[in-house]
Amino acid sequence: MKSITKQKSLEEIEQQLEGLGRVYIIGCGTCTTMTKTGGIEEVLDMKDRLQDMGKIVTGWTVIPIACDEMTEVSLRENNEAIQNANCILVMTCGLGVQRVGSYIDKPVIPALDTLFIGLEDSPGNFHEVCAQCGQCVLGWTAGICPITACHKHLLNGPCGGTNNGKCEVDTEKDCAWTLIYERLKEQGRLDLMRKYQPIKNSQVVPRPRITIIS
Amino acid sequence: MAQSFKEAINSGKFVVTSEISPPKGSNIEKMCHHIDTLKDKVDAINVTDHQSSVMRFPSIGGCLYIKERGGEPILQMTCRDRNQLALQSDLLLAYVRDIRNVLCLTGDAVVVGDHKEAADVFELDSTQLLRAIRQLESGKDLGGNDLDGAVEFYAGAIVTPEAQPIEPQLIKFEKKVEAGAEFFQTQAIYDLDNFSKFMEYARQFPVKVLAGIVLLGSARMAKYMTENVPGIFVPKDLIDELSGAPKGEALNKGIEIAGRMIAALKRDSICDGVHIMAIGREEVVPDILAVAGLSTEIEKK
Ligand code: SF4
Ligand code: SF4
Repeated sequence: MKSITKQKSLEEIEQQLEGLGRVYIIGCGTCTTMTKTGGIEEVLDMKDRLQDMGKIVTGWTVIPIACDEMTEVSLRENNEAIQNANCILVMTCGLGVQRVGSYIDKPVIPALDTLFIGLEDSPGNFHEVCAQCGQCVLGWTAGICPITACHKHLLNGPCGGTNNGKCEVDTEKDCAWTLIYERLKEQGRLDLMRKYQPIKNSQVVPRPRITIIS
Repeated sequence: MAQSFKEAINSGKFVVTSEISPPKGSNIEKMCHHIDTLKDKVDAINVTDHQSSVMRFPSIGGCLYIKERGGEPILQMTCRDRNQLALQSDLLLAYVRDIRNVLCLTGDAVVVGDHKEAADVFELDSTQLLRAIRQLESGKDLGGNDLDGAVEFYAGAIVTPEAQPIEPQLIKFEKKVEAGAEFFQTQAIYDLDNFSKFMEYARQFPVKVLAGIVLLGSARMAKYMTENVPGIFVPKDLIDELSGAPKGEALNKGIEIAGRMIAALKRDSICDGVHIMAIGREEVVPDILAVAGLSTEIEKK
């Protein structure tokens, strides 16, 4: 599982940092290192950019797994440089930003946009395969997720926009329902596609979603 | 009083529907003109629902004007913009204002339209919307609660007989029939042999089918649709016929082609009627009907 992120524009980062002259930067050794959005290299590059903007960078660190609770220990080790800053610029996914924010009494500013949880198909090639919808239908759909792979997250077969196996929104993108159809056919299980799928429960776990494992 | 669309189709007559697109803005003059042009010439008029995800005056608003002006509306309803609550409440409004025909569509993707950053809903799909209508008719809403006053609709859906691959499309067609679709309007068809084969299949089901006729305004449009619109294939001989038309005569040729196709569909009793989409040229629909030899019959409605 990887949190897929994209760096915000420097302009937006600068806007968020308005009035905050002293910045401490945090990256993550896991997902954002993998996606080259918050590893050592990117953190160092960000340091230069911030200095170009006239900011003072009081320090930086790349925490092994920023969303993990061990983050508290890393932050304690770097406490002095952190205390010297007005804010923390966090180059992790939204999980890491919030984890950091829960331990520090200073503004946390995201440098990245968190896009989705993705699989790496080939090096550098990530794609979303599960949107954590709370009610998995993969058993009916030959293991291909219509919630994420179909642009309209349809449950009962293709829309009228499907065209020669491609999706109406992008002729480069496969139509999920053509893929599901082909795989079910191969498996001799097309009956599953004929089965009516009711409207999905949008409130399986109402937001904010919480679960307690005993 | 004019016959309802359901009565017309069940009387065994070859029905004709057409469609109008509400305005982008509050100027309803052109829409009303189109309604007046069509209302006595066709059995019912579809009103599109933010077609191609372009924000417009609402479909239900267009239907209200059709009623007001003495026509028979078909409310197109997509699942793109409304969740369960909003879809159901619009159906209640439609019912009490005597809008009794609903065409259930999934809807185009938001990103193809003119509000590219808008949220899409798609909580329901077309099949689920059909079932929702049947549930409301039973006196209960989708939450299982009792309704104070139920509804009754003549519900339809669409099918693309020329989709590639066709089997997934047919599976969906059958699911729509099971969900309660009573009539189908098809995506544009141009190859009557192919369409006849589709109809041989569709005739097994207890539904009425109206063949989609999109007016071809030029050879360029025909080529463009074949290359870009899912499920539309204009055969080469029709494109040649259009490009062979004298300068300035392509539209007349298109009218002739549409009229000729409609006449053939009726003559051979291939389907139960046609749905004419003139896409901005609604004023020529009566000409198409004249070529098809249908105008007087429908005016007698
Ligand atoms: S249906 Fe798709 S989004 Fe939902 S849990 Fe299964 S894989 Fe994830
Ligand atoms: S074309 Fe296929 S993948 Fe795209 S929205 Fe329609 S059904 Fe979904």
